[in-house]
Amino acid sequence: MPFINFSKDEIQCKIVYYGAGFCGKTTNLQYIFAQMGEDSKGKMVSIDTRGDRTLFFDFLSLNLGKIRGFDVRVQLYTVPGQVHYDATRKLVLKGVDGVVFVADSLKVQRKKNIESLINLAKNLAEKGISIRTIPLVIQYNKRDLDGTDSELLPVETLDKDLNSMLKVPSFSASALKGAGVFETLREISKLVVKDVSRKIMLVDQQIR
Amino acid sequence: MNIIITREDLKKITFFLDKVVTSSLAHSVLLIDRSGQLIAQYGDNLEIDVLSLSALTAANFGATAEIAKILGEEEFTLLFHKGKSENVYFTAVGEHVIMVTLFDDKTSLGLIRLRINQIADELSNALVSIFKEKKEIPILEPQQLL
Repeated sequence: MPFINFSKDEIQCKIVYYGAGFCGKTTNLQYIFAQMGEDSKGKMVSIDTRGDRTLFFDFLSLNLGKIRGFDVRVQLYTVPGQVHYDATRKLVLKGVDGVVFVADSLKVQRKKNIESLINLAKNLAEKGISIRTIPLVIQYNKRDLDGTDSELLPVETLDKDLNSMLKVPSFSASALKGAGVFETLREISKLVVKDVSRKIMLVDQQIR
Repeated sequence: MNIIITREDLKKITFFLDKVVTSSLAHSVLLIDRSGQLIAQYGDNLEIDVLSLSALTAANFGATAEIAKILGEEEFTLLFHKGKSENVYFTAVGEHVIMVTLFDDKTSLGLIRLRINQIADELSNALVSIFKEKKEIPILEPQQLL
């Protein structure tokens, strides 16, 4: 649900990072937070447990610059990944404009990725949103572990598992080192802004 | 639902927020929507991080709504947090909006509640008409994002 404020010439959109537990959603936000300039970001708020697990959500507000005179502000949220926090995930999805699905490239997480994507589709459907129409980007995270002892799934397999039906933009990434993080954010922001402009059209003068 | 606020709408909303602040002696008041977006703010203590406050308030409201359901209630329509010098009073206004009132020891919870009860219904009606109006705004092309 985009929020358009004509008194401040500002558009606010909500983007949610979704995915199984420990896939790197919070790490994505932390990297973005560390790299953005002071004037274009707010504080990062995290509600987590001591074991580094997100309990409720992380929140980061970013100013992405101007489009046709409107300041575009995106609010990034993460959800807790663990299966039993489904009620919390539903709360965070309220009013969502776009989703980044973060997939864990570790072989042992294969089933959890698929379960989490199905969970996303189900929770969106409950809000009357189709996973096929909402702006969505998939990120294959932890690619930096390629060539180490950890066994990774090839990108092709991840693509087949998660993106063969959806066919949305996807990115290989390492949230920890930063590769692919901004590419993901840029793509989802573009899709969301495009979607917002498609949804809300027509004439400027009538409203001002 | 998309929320679109025009200057006219904001004037209407600010009228009510001003009424809350002046009649209850609260120092500031925010209006946010249930997904955590800040709609309007009014008052004198606004150097605080209002965007995070909005996100956390919406989450807080959502979480207590779940507690309410467990107890067989539909929702708790008001919440109150008391600090040493700062207090926060949250009220649901209509279906989509939460009013966050910040106040210190210059006033009392009783007065805050009384004034907000008096104003909330009027504000709720005004918001219904704001959200209902079909608004038309320009097509925006995503250009040079980031």
